[in-house]
Amino acid sequence: MSLDLRIPMGMMFTLVGVILAAFGLATNGNEKLYAPSLGINANLWWGLVLLAFGLTMLLLGRRSQKRLAKLPPEPVGDGDARRGH
Amino acid sequence: MLNLTSVDWLIMLLYFVFVLGIGFALKRYMKTSKDFFQAGRALPAWICGLAFISANLGAQEVIGMGASGAKYGLETAHFYGIGAIPAMIFVGIFMMPFYYGSKARSVPEFLRMRFDEKTRALNACSFAVMTVFSSGISMYAMARLIQALHVFDGLFNSLGWNPDGIFTFSICLSALIVLLYIFLGGLTSAIYNEVLQFFLIIAGFLPLVLIGLRNIGGWSGLKASVPVQYMHEWKGVAHASTNPMGIEIIGLGMGLGFVLGSGYWCTDFLVIQTAMASKNMESARRVPLIAAIPKMVFPFLVILPGLIAIGLPTPHTTTVVSTVNGAIIHETTVVSPQVEQGRGLVPAKINPVTGKPMLTASGEPLLDYDMATPNMLLHFFPTGILGLGLTALLASFMSGMAGNVTAFNTVFTYDLYQSYIHKGGSDKHYMAVGRWATVGGILLSIATAYAAINFNNIMDTLQLVFSFVNAPLFATFLLGMFWKRATGHAAFTGLIAGTATAMLHHGLTLPIEARPGIHGGWIAVLHHYPSDMAQNFWTAIFAFGANFVVTVFVSYCTKARPESELVGLVHSLTPKPDRAHIVWWKKPEALAVAILLGAIALNIFFY
Repeated sequence: MSLDLRIPMGMMFTLVGVILAAFGLATNGNEKLYAPSLGINANLWWGLVLLAFGLTMLLLGRRSQKRLAKLPPEPVGDGDARRGH
Repeated sequence: MLNLTSVDWLIMLLYFVFVLGIGFALKRYMKTSKDFFQAGRALPAWICGLAFISANLGAQEVIGMGASGAKYGLETAHFYGIGAIPAMIFVGIFMMPFYYGSKARSVPEFLRMRFDEKTRALNACSFAVMTVFSSGISMYAMARLIQALHVFDGLFNSLGWNPDGIFTFSICLSALIVLLYIFLGGLTSAIYNEVLQFFLIIAGFLPLVLIGLRNIGGWSGLKASVPVQYMHEWKGVAHASTNPMGIEIIGLGMGLGFVLGSGYWCTDFLVIQTAMASKNMESARRVPLIAAIPKMVFPFLVILPGLIAIGLPTPHTTTVVSTVNGAIIHETTVVSPQVEQGRGLVPAKINPVTGKPMLTASGEPLLDYDMATPNMLLHFFPTGILGLGLTALLASFMSGMAGNVTAFNTVFTYDLYQSYIHKGGSDKHYMAVGRWATVGGILLSIATAYAAINFNNIMDTLQLVFSFVNAPLFATFLLGMFWKRATGHAAFTGLIAGTATAMLHHGLTLPIEARPGIHGGWIAVLHHYPSDMAQNFWTAIFAFGANFVVTVFVSYCTKARPESELVGLVHSLTPKPDRAHIVWWKKPEALAVAILLGAIALNIFFY
């Protein structure tokens, strides 16, 4: 496989999570801002959830990348064998 | 009025940067036309599976399912339970071996292998036209929604630009981004972005459902605030007059489940292309099944916002009197008539000429259901997470467009250009053609979007014509894959007969409370249906039936192809692959049974 999607996706969600959580932390206790979401600091909590998701994706992506790097070069797979068609 | 702050913009910008970044990162892997059009046939099943469901999860789906949830309640979930999951299981278990195993590069190409050149040409031409128009409609809907939500108003004001340009700005921005990332990374880019969008939709809509449910008092609170038939999927479905959609069980099961659902999930290259990009046969078969798992729970994400929107109390103009430090303060919340005449968070439709809410024949205000989900976002999300929700909406618009564009460039290059215009070119040449077909497809989509502004009816008309073309398709594939006697002449005549029957049926019937014209009855009115959905489902049933009968009949009148030519294309002539080495629970069949049981359990629970 060419590019493991989990790495850019993990990075994006990690960043979004950090931004949301940081903004939520900075605005914590701002009743007017959080009136629509029923007083719940949606930014902080959801930011943390997305951060966790993003980091998990990154971790999984990195791990499989390392595993692939350790393996000997892949033998010619099923797909490549019939490329002539 | 929408008030976006820099956090919202930052999140939106981040998404655009990553989308384009993925495109640029993929560019160096695009060496052959197979890499570009088929993602090298090397992607893992889970990525293709999530892209398979996201390709369909365009914004029309997200907005439309919310609208339908507000209008019909939980019965909307039939579009998932009946309309999608059985078809997804069927395509994975029974049809994928022929799509993937035949080494066809597109669905029309499969038709040429199984039937003949003219069947392929018919399917390729109609499909190419439909994808371009669909992506144009998607673009139009996105620009309209951006206008309605005033997303760019603040930006335009601060830059001193004329707000009339918002429509063009939205269209050009989305076109440019989709164009760039497909031009660079081809199908891989489109698939990766569909997966990204899948997670963004969850990230944007799950908190919305959670907060919405909390506000309305949980599940029991929701139950208490909407009419009782809204909370049942099956109750009252035996007869058209006792359920919100106005459709009886036979029309629903046959029309939606067997004909329309299967026609879409089993034959539309828009979704099939993602499965065909996976790395081997077992993965390809697993792709639609993996997609079916989130499909089971997606009603909660996309239908519930609409249902909650209709269940919430309708805002009214109120004045709150309070005393602060001895001074009496009157705080008045003014609500426009558009909102006040609506129900819950669903606004009334406003007549653009008079500025007054439009009324139905019975004097009730006409509701603008399409605003249900967007209004939920605006109502519950504070700035910050609001940016995330809007990004999810934008992402779903763009990836819906991207799926159509990659399907278009593949079908155009392989099935039209390589087959009829320029045979025997080099691989590099076809890849270049594919890239330029992408540009052409997007330009045509833009033209469609602008045509939609000038001709009010164009969207309805186009969707009607698509339904005529698509309705009979499944019969052709079913007979082609499972009946070796079916011939090319028969498939071609059957398709034409099916489409003609669909038109004829539409021209002769009319939903009650509709005038003859775009809703049907433009020849004569022989029959009235209780709702337009019932008419729609029965049109599909008739089209399917006509195609089936004509194909069988003509097949017996024409010469069958020798069996040796059909190996790998027809079920009875294809040897079973040796799969003894796979543990039973890893086989696609085991997964299929588990999904089926899960779907049945959910349906019983929401009876």
